[in-house]
Amino acid sequence: MSAALAPAPGHDGGRAHLLSVADLGREGIEEVLQLTDSFSEVSDRAIPKVPALRGKTVASLFFEDSTRTRLSFEAAAKRLSADTMTFAASSSSLNKGESLRDTVQTIDAMGVDAMVVRHRSSGVPWQVARWTRASVINAGDGWHEHPTQALLDCYTLRQAARDGRPGWAGRVGETGLEGLRIAIVGDIEHSRVARSDVAAFSMLGAEVTLVGPPTLLPSSLSGWPVSVSHDLDDVLPKVDVVYLLRLQAERIHESLLPSLREYTARYGLTRSRAARLSEGSLVMHPGPMNRGVEIAAEVADLPCSVVTRQVRNGVAVRMAVLFLLLGSGQ
Amino acid sequence: MTRVQLVVRGGTVVDATGTRRADVAVGEGVVLGVDPGIDVPRGATVLDAGGCFVAPGLVDLHAHLREPGAEEAERVETGARAAALGGYTALVAMPNTDPPMDCAAVVRQVRELAVGAAAEVLVAGAITVGRRGEQLAPLAEMAELGVRLFTDDGAGVQDARLMRRALEYASALGVTLAQHCEDACLSADGHMHEGEWSSRLGVPGVPAAAEEVMLARDLGLARQTGGRLHFLHLSTAGSVDLVRSAKAHGLPVTAEVTPHHLTLTDAAVGTWDPVFKVNPPLRSDEDLEAVRAGLADGTIDAIATDHAPHPQEAKEAPFDQAPPGMVGLETALAVALTCLTEGEELEVAGGRPHRPEGRQGGGGAALPFERLLGLLSWKPAAIAGVSNRHGGPVAPGAKANLCVIDPTAEWVVDPARLASRSANTPFAGCRLKGRVRHTVLGGEAVVVDAEAQR
Repeated sequence: MSAALAPAPGHDGGRAHLLSVADLGREGIEEVLQLTDSFSEVSDRAIPKVPALRGKTVASLFFEDSTRTRLSFEAAAKRLSADTMTFAASSSSLNKGESLRDTVQTIDAMGVDAMVVRHRSSGVPWQVARWTRASVINAGDGWHEHPTQALLDCYTLRQAARDGRPGWAGRVGETGLEGLRIAIVGDIEHSRVARSDVAAFSMLGAEVTLVGPPTLLPSSLSGWPVSVSHDLDDVLPKVDVVYLLRLQAERIHESLLPSLREYTARYGLTRSRAARLSEGSLVMHPGPMNRGVEIAAEVADLPCSVVTRQVRNGVAVRMAVLFLLLGSGQ
Repeated sequence: MTRVQLVVRGGTVVDATGTRRADVAVGEGVVLGVDPGIDVPRGATVLDAGGCFVAPGLVDLHAHLREPGAEEAERVETGARAAALGGYTALVAMPNTDPPMDCAAVVRQVRELAVGAAAEVLVAGAITVGRRGEQLAPLAEMAELGVRLFTDDGAGVQDARLMRRALEYASALGVTLAQHCEDACLSADGHMHEGEWSSRLGVPGVPAAAEEVMLARDLGLARQTGGRLHFLHLSTAGSVDLVRSAKAHGLPVTAEVTPHHLTLTDAAVGTWDPVFKVNPPLRSDEDLEAVRAGLADGTIDAIATDHAPHPQEAKEAPFDQAPPGMVGLETALAVALTCLTEGEELEVAGGRPHRPEGRQGGGGAALPFERLLGLLSWKPAAIAGVSNRHGGPVAPGAKANLCVIDPTAEWVVDPARLASRSANTPFAGCRLKGRVRHTVLGGEAVVVDAEAQR
């Protein structure tokens, strides 16, 4: 077990979980990134599989639809030779009125080593951790946290820094994020990716600016290590990374925005805005993208966009997390 | 001459008239004598009050007894027992039952359920039919049965015009309307206080303005109509300011605050335990300080529990799906004594206790014991319209509704040992100072040595 992955407070047995990126701390994040390097190499092999978690069982509990995160965790578990089980809410007995706790304890009784939990309600992975003996990995809870997304984002940025970007050399420090200027743009309030990314990026020394209309920012940013802007055009030339968040059409119905058109006009990474990015800038997006809303179709396919790299790194990062929680010869 | 049946011996009597060392003799439901040395006649019961305060029974303006409709959470009988153990001799049962208490038939039903209970159950009637906020409930019909408080609690009356008419109509009946101030448009989909913690935790928030907007509206309506208004469970600094200013202008309004809003903040939601979910939500440190200041300066008239039992399984749902509410009848007095009189801060199980920076030793100015009792007994008794039998001075001729409080007894809250049918207390594991030793209802000991007798 990794020293950096701390057991959840109050949980018996001292089993390690990954619930929040903040629990990892800088040291823990760096440990995951370092291990990701070696698992990244595994994924490049002809037979991308190692026996590291043979005999371990990883259950995916996805109470909310997800394609990439669920597949990414399953691929990670399989490449480590773990057995996998998948629980999807639509096919479950939740429809028959079974409570969350009963569902968790039923799966616990089958004997699993890790539960990968995705839920539309913030906080559920913490509740699950109180009801199971397994290690719990938060695969996204409500608007709250998505720690493995933050880890893969950090890994992607570190990779870019090591590959060398124009203008980054000499300014960006050893973590690959030290001194990096990152703008996170769009619907911060409803984004678990934003909350985890802000914590992880700033722990690794990046300067984070949140950009969006006030209606899409959290009502209080007290204690957040960020600066805030409502003017993307002002921010764009001053940053190394533009991290775009998905904008959901339902925000219009909630009167948070007048129209998607107006959003795109002010906060979308259009072709003309992309042209004003400084040399060496990167464009990121957690997916799935709304091409034509927060990002123009052509921009998503530019060389400065690392969206597919993020997805690719996701598997290796999740292998590292699973190995740190379940491996090491336990 | 009436026979003395019970003597409360060795205590210090505290009521609105002051404090004095005295025994209390009781017979046929009334106080017969209050004197430092009362001889105990043969056959009379003696309740030992050594080291204790003997006070008028407490009166809770706000309890959800869940019957009829949700008997798995609470029943009138169990709620009244919990109340008696908490020192209450009377409590107001809120009308959000199923069916709701919006007509004489349901009021009568609940009263029948309360016959022989360990505390007097006062029924609050609904303001609108079905608590739907569309049409006035038969207020006069219920008032004729003695109902003195009307509320749609659980929701506020959203329609300003309907609320205006309700106040006008009620003014002819001499009854009080109690508002749950919450603008449903502003609070929609919220599950905790909107602020630093909701932003951090990614939980949809309920802004303070949801409460203040309706409160401000109703103050305007009270001024317009002359109707009597009581504000339930105020929770924000802005609300305290509004009521303070309204009272300064002579408006006849009253307000209550809960023990949990006086002691816990939204930081507790960081535990992700839905036991900390309540409506109105636990607020910020600043709000907590403001409601305490409101108690201290008399802006707030009463501490009321908003006892809201829920079965365990309901509270084991995801935070945003769990029902709001906390039980409180058995802990209210001890929590208030510990935090407001002793000035201590609670260590909430697994949580981050309220601990404002820069405060020395916690508590600010301690509330004198006598004033605290007023907030729990005689002031709410007046609001509920039962001063003739609850909360009055302990004097010959008064109804023998008393509680005996040991101010030094320390105990730890164990949810499994609560008399309520539900265990959703936010104070689980907290060490509290002050405990009810005996409760006397209508001359009979319903709690003896912290054990319920009915």
